[in-house]
Amino acid sequence: MRFGIVRFPGSCDEVDALAAASRVGDAVLLWHADHDLQGVDAVIVPGGFSYGDYLRAGAIARFAPVMAQVEEFARDGGLVLGICNGFQVLCEAGLLPGALLVNLSLKFVFRQVELEVVRGDTAFTNAGPSEGRLSIPVKHTTGRFYAPEAELDRLEAAGQVLLRYAPGHNPNGSLRDIAGVCNEAGNVFGLMPHPEHAVDPLGGSVDGLTIFESMRAHVEQHVLA
Amino acid sequence: MRARVLVRPKAGILDPQGQAVERALPALGFAGVRNVHVGRLIELDVDDPARLPEMCDRLLTNPLIEDWEIEEAPEVAETTR
Repeated sequence: MRFGIVRFPGSCDEVDALAAASRVGDAVLLWHADHDLQGVDAVIVPGGFSYGDYLRAGAIARFAPVMAQVEEFARDGGLVLGICNGFQVLCEAGLLPGALLVNLSLKFVFRQVELEVVRGDTAFTNAGPSEGRLSIPVKHTTGRFYAPEAELDRLEAAGQVLLRYAPGHNPNGSLRDIAGVCNEAGNVFGLMPHPEHAVDPLGGSVDGLTIFESMRAHVEQHVLA
Repeated sequence: MRARVLVRPKAGILDPQGQAVERALPALGFAGVRNVHVGRLIELDVDDPARLPEMCDRLLTNPLIEDWEIEEAPEVAETTR
């Protein structure tokens, strides 16, 4: 099982994502200007400020050469995980529903949050506590999940909301406390919290490993088997 | 053509930036201000203005959260750019 982590100019969490993924499998960095995913089994679009986040967070990065390959990989059913800025990039690319707006507080937030696992039977959550909680940090200014009301109803009915901020833990004003959503097919997932920062007891929580372990389990059962 | 693209947060979406400005103005003595919204202004010279709507939809704005409007702007002398 090999993870590929995209590095854009302005990414800043790609090394942590590489280290986190390396705990559960092989992992390599993918360069934004390459047209090659190096045969990886799953792609991670990491946090940071891709291309300076000029114009809007994630707006420019979606046109990076490597993103054409990521989109094709996603269309073919490959697992794609977007963390924070990666979530913003995937929304801008149309691979995920909704958009991320500036926090209601207008402030940068950096804190540990409790997340409720809405569904524990997906490619990204199967290794965790089903309907349990995860403790994972957030750190962002533009993390308020938004979609029109009818779209939110549809996302919930279709089971595309995988993570919610626990009561009292919504750090940014996300509608319906949504912290992470997947696409209709369930193979592309984005979340604002940073699972790659919660993989070592020294960091206070290892709950983030769940996401990477789930992806490995899914790939081993469905792709490499 | 020199074009001016006005970008506004879509109606109905909470606009904390606008709210912050609306709260700040009375504190400076400017009473009677309501419905403040903060957007963006993009000015650009384009050879083919017919392509502007596509530029707005694909890059300049995110149509899910923003509305846009295109105006013609006065030409600017090269030396002042």
